[in-house]
Amino acid sequence: MTQYSPRYAGTVTKYIFVESPDMTPSDLAIRAYEISQGVMIKETCFGLQVTGNEDDVNRIIDSLRMLDPSHIFVKDRGFPPGDSRRCRANLGGARPGYFGHEFEIGLIRRVSKGLESLPARKPKDTPHPPAPSRVRKLDAARLKKIIDSQES
Amino acid sequence: MAKVFIYPTTSLILSDLVARFGHTPLSAALQIRDRIQTPGLESPPLQITPEGPKKGLRWAAVEVPSGVRGRMSLYGPMIEEAEAAIIINNPDFSFGCMGCARTNELINFLIRKRKVPILDLEYPVNDEEGVEFVAAIKRFLDGLNGGAA
Repeated sequence: MTQYSPRYAGTVTKYIFVESPDMTPSDLAIRAYEISQGVMIKETCFGLQVTGNEDDVNRIIDSLRMLDPSHIFVKDRGFPPGDSRRCRANLGGARPGYFGHEFEIGLIRRVSKGLESLPARKPKDTPHPPAPSRVRKLDAARLKKIIDSQES
Repeated sequence: MAKVFIYPTTSLILSDLVARFGHTPLSAALQIRDRIQTPGLESPPLQITPEGPKKGLRWAAVEVPSGVRGRMSLYGPMIEEAEAAIIINNPDFSFGCMGCARTNELINFLIRKRKVPILDLEYPVNDEEGVEFVAAIKRFLDGLNGGAA
């Protein structure tokens, strides 16, 4: 086993996804570069990755979010950009974790709709979200009865 | 500001909404970052060392496969830290080569056992459900400590 020394220790990396009819990832990247002040910005096909100390990253994210609040989405990332253990340049094929993003980006416009409709919603309106279906599973006692009836 | 456990733990939508409405999302990335940024012995790809499955014994028995115990060493501390949870049921992408059905079941069991406030949802399949989905999450988060309510 070899010694491991981390790159970019003490930094945070966040993904910024943009799914907007008015803004592309490159528009977002240009704005991010303007205010980056030493923070590492990486443009991707879906948005950006921002790496730096936490306060700087949050400052950039707050500023970028204001451009299109209901169409810009942010989440943490464990790895820094270009890490050879994750980057598809080294691995080939899609990056692990891409499929989860691909799935959620497919339905994120519904979330954007929800965010846009929030200000018009009355505080007393009770939400009726999509609830998990409660399909009753076979009870163990009932299974035992079935087995017994077959054996006798 | 409450610490909110999210499931799927890698969910972009939940992570964003929890942070957007003023709370701290507990997502898998935080635990991975912790390991990636800690010097030690090289153990690619996730820097999970043989210590992981040992730590996982706190949440899963010794006869449980090491993969489940290793995963629990990531998720277990977040479950213990959580002050609330938002769970999306039946997420397709958490099952398969990158997921683990047994770990998912154990996570759901342990978070419910904690008796913290939990919001159970499904992914929205149309715009109307999307509107209700976001409204439900906002109302739930506003009702937590440090929320807008």
